[in-house]
Amino acid sequence: MFASVKSKGLAALITIGLMAAAPVLASERPFNLGSIATPEQVAGWDIDVRPDGKGAPAGSGSALDGEEAYTDLCASCHGDFGEGVDRWPVLSGGYDSLSTHDPIKTVGSYWPYASTAYDYIYRAMPFGDAQSLSADETYAIVAYILYMNDIIEEDYVLSNENIGTIEMPNRNGFALPDPRPDAQVSAEPCMKNCDVSTEIIGRARLIDVTPEDTSQTNIN
Amino acid sequence: MSMETKKNKVTTAESGKLSRRQVLGGAAVAAGGLAAPALAKATEVNPENLPPNVSEWTPYLGPGVDVTPYGMPSEHEAHVVRRWVEWLTASAESSVNFTPLQDLDGIVTPNGLCFERHHGGIPDVVPADYRLMINGLVDRELLFTLDELKRFPQVNRFHFLECAANGGMEWRGAQLNGCQYTFGMVHNVQYSGVLLSDICREAGVKPEAKWVLAEGGDSAGMNRSVPIEKILDDCMIAYSMNGEALRPEQGYPARLVVPGWEGNMWVKWIRRLEFGDMPYMAREETSKYTDLMDDGKARMFTWVMDAKSCVTSPSPEKHLLYKGQNLLKGLAWSGRGKISRVDVSLDGGRNWQTAELHDPVLDKSLTRFTMPFQWNGEELLVQSRAMDETGYVQPTIQGLQAERGVNSIYHNNAIATWQVKSTGAVENVRIG
Repeated sequence: MFASVKSKGLAALITIGLMAAAPVLASERPFNLGSIATPEQVAGWDIDVRPDGKGAPAGSGSALDGEEAYTDLCASCHGDFGEGVDRWPVLSGGYDSLSTHDPIKTVGSYWPYASTAYDYIYRAMPFGDAQSLSADETYAIVAYILYMNDIIEEDYVLSNENIGTIEMPNRNGFALPDPRPDAQVSAEPCMKNCDVSTEIIGRARLIDVTPEDTSQTNIN
Repeated sequence: MSMETKKNKVTTAESGKLSRRQVLGGAAVAAGGLAAPALAKATEVNPENLPPNVSEWTPYLGPGVDVTPYGMPSEHEAHVVRRWVEWLTASAESSVNFTPLQDLDGIVTPNGLCFERHHGGIPDVVPADYRLMINGLVDRELLFTLDELKRFPQVNRFHFLECAANGGMEWRGAQLNGCQYTFGMVHNVQYSGVLLSDICREAGVKPEAKWVLAEGGDSAGMNRSVPIEKILDDCMIAYSMNGEALRPEQGYPARLVVPGWEGNMWVKWIRRLEFGDMPYMAREETSKYTDLMDDGKARMFTWVMDAKSCVTSPSPEKHLLYKGQNLLKGLAWSGRGKISRVDVSLDGGRNWQTAELHDPVLDKSLTRFTMPFQWNGEELLVQSRAMDETGYVQPTIQGLQAERGVNSIYHNNAIATWQVKSTGAVENVRIG
């Protein structure tokens, strides 16, 4: 029968990469609720693409194929060269910026997998007309973005066969599983006459970016 | 003390119409009452309404039942609304607003005040046409209607939902002058729904399944990978919050609930769960909800929301208006379990007192704390510091910056400081 797997706390949860096999769950249907999804139903909704290319639909496109679609559908927000317009995301450039005070996280500088671009662009772009692109159009637009980032040549044909093999520049820029260091605080924190500085070194009022439409009363 | 009021566009628009009582009673609509309700309550007193006089609302019949079949808050509370920061995002459809924590008591967030974060606007999902699909490494790929989901055993649990970017604007310094803006990407409701472990039993999860892709039916097609241990531990498909059906902006008719973990994973308008043997590396878990460190490397899968607290009053929106007896109020929470203790400092962290925790103190839920104090016009530097049952202590911002730098954006759970000036005005400041 089904055995509930209780978490053994954070340590168990963050060692995902080393996890043992998932528990074997019952093969009987305990509630007899729901209906069997047909392969056609699953195919219509199962749109995700994994880093290894699993889920990528048959199709292909090159940067040369994608330039027109990108210009028509993407450039008004992301710029002709992926440089970004207003506050819309920048898609290209940003190399060597990640360790600076002003990191620029683009598909080229930050994203670890090309599959992510296919997955996201097909499911959510163009903004306001989601899931309207064909597989070929999506491969071509992804190819154009990769080309703008100098990751592939303009005539490289991106497809379901090779999207899982594209080497992204920041592929090894991520630490897994979560090894976030905790700020060091003793389990019995200081309660009296603690040795801390209480000098005011910054004021939100001086930054002056807070919206004024608050109910805040202004007492000076 | 000199007081000036700011025009409040939102408040004025929300409360612009006259109430029947005001018309019937012939009361002057005091401009100050609309522009600055909080201050008005303290200062704009009409002696005609005070004893021994008969108050204006007493002689006349008020509206009868059913005037507002769903009910609305008092119009005198029209300033208690979600607010957004227009410059934060490129569009309102992919944006966020903030819960007015400073105006709430207890631990329950009213559904209409739960902060919103959408990536492609709010879809209008027709409940009869809603389906939840289960596919991938399962014995049976299944489709559930909403009614079928509601026939599973039900659980009812209070949990906080916090955006990983809550306080993200404050990593480098005090930036937004408000409790609402610096802490308001969190809310706490009672969710009613189905444990995912029950749905997993119905589908029959294959032993090699280690990850679940949760996917929304909105135009962002929001998708996140969740490890199966968490799915089986305490995740839910929720269809109600605080007793009523989910609000559209909270995922109507069904959403994923991932207790204690970052809000981006709580996929709204959920349409599909795919079981697989590796993470899907969706846009949200690679390009967005990863934490960039000083060395240019980024932490990935930083799901847990660590222990955190805030003082909701006094706060930049809740000045100290009276000398003498006052009540400090705040909220604390931890994604690792229950809050065990909250300490409060009025002098910038030199000396601390332990606040009173109010029942109920629940797992992965907001916890209310209060502390009475005397104020005689002296300057204060107000802080709160939460501890949870695992022994975790909420860090200082300097401690957090030392470990994670200032580029992280997400997971800022540091202690904040409110400066109370001698006038009673309160400001978000950074000390160090």
